Amino acid sequence: MVVDHWADDALDEVFHALADATRRDILRRSVAGKLSVSRLAESYPMSFAAVQKHVAVLERAGLVMKQRRGREQLVRSDPEAVHRAQQALDELEAAWRGRVDRMSELLAQTPGQEERNPRTGETR
Amino acid sequence: MSVTSIDKDLDNLTLVLIADFEAPRERVWELWADPRLLERWWGPPTYPATVEEHDLTSGGAVTYFMTGPEGDTHRGWWRVESVDPPSALEFTDGFADEDGNPNPEMPTTKVQMRLSEHDGGSRMELRSVFDSREQMEQLINMGMAEGLEQAVGQMDALLAG
Repeated sequence: MVVDHWADDALDEVFHALADATRRDILRRSVAGKLSVSRLAESYPMSFAAVQKHVAVLERAGLVMKQRRGREQLVRSDPEAVHRAQQALDELEAAWRGRVDRMSELLAQTPGQEERNPRTGETR
Repeated sequence: MSVTSIDKDLDNLTLVLIADFEAPRERVWELWADPRLLERWWGPPTYPATVEEHDLTSGGAVTYFMTGPEGDTHRGWWRVESVDPPSALEFTDGFADEDGNPNPEMPTTKVQMRLSEHDGGSRMELRSVFDSREQMEQLINMGMAEGLEQAVGQMDALLAG
């Protein structure tokens, strides 16, 4: 990520997020590995809800991402990598959803009446 | 809607999709096993697939090409890992160069497909895994098949209509 490319308001979010010692600490911890919000909350003398708010500020700034794992919410940094994995899986999902829709359509037709590929007009 | 659930695992680059169909399992299996049916759903409408080789046996190959709106063709292949009609199919899905040779620089995904009888119809469980993070990145970089976006666009249009 190159700072030059960031819009001013995005930078404001980042600096605001980093202007707090607790948030900087959460960021450091989530760089080292993935921690659940509840696990993080144990490390600070504040409520779970307060820690959750700090995480939300970091998340809005794009510095960490929350990821659901079963009942837990994991916090991790390197949002770019997470984002790219998300993007790839979203594309894969879109591809398969389209395929399943087309399979359903084919199955809805009476067996034996399936038409040939309308584009290539193949009748092999 | 036939897609019952979608689960994405970002760490393991895995997509798990469950779809339920009213049709019996044998008919769903035919969609995979009959190349003329396979080519009617594999590619998006703007990039229809034409299946050439179709050998659904362990170690066998499926080869196909998709034709884009400009007449551009994109070749792909499957390497069949295991087959158990009409309930299971595992294969690696990849891209090929113009001559149909697997392109090692392009991403591959491993696909495990299972069909079971379910609720008077059938259930398809499909697991698709990117072989590596590097390959996944390549897929994003090449914008994946533009057709995918168009397929989604078509779905949006349907939903909006």
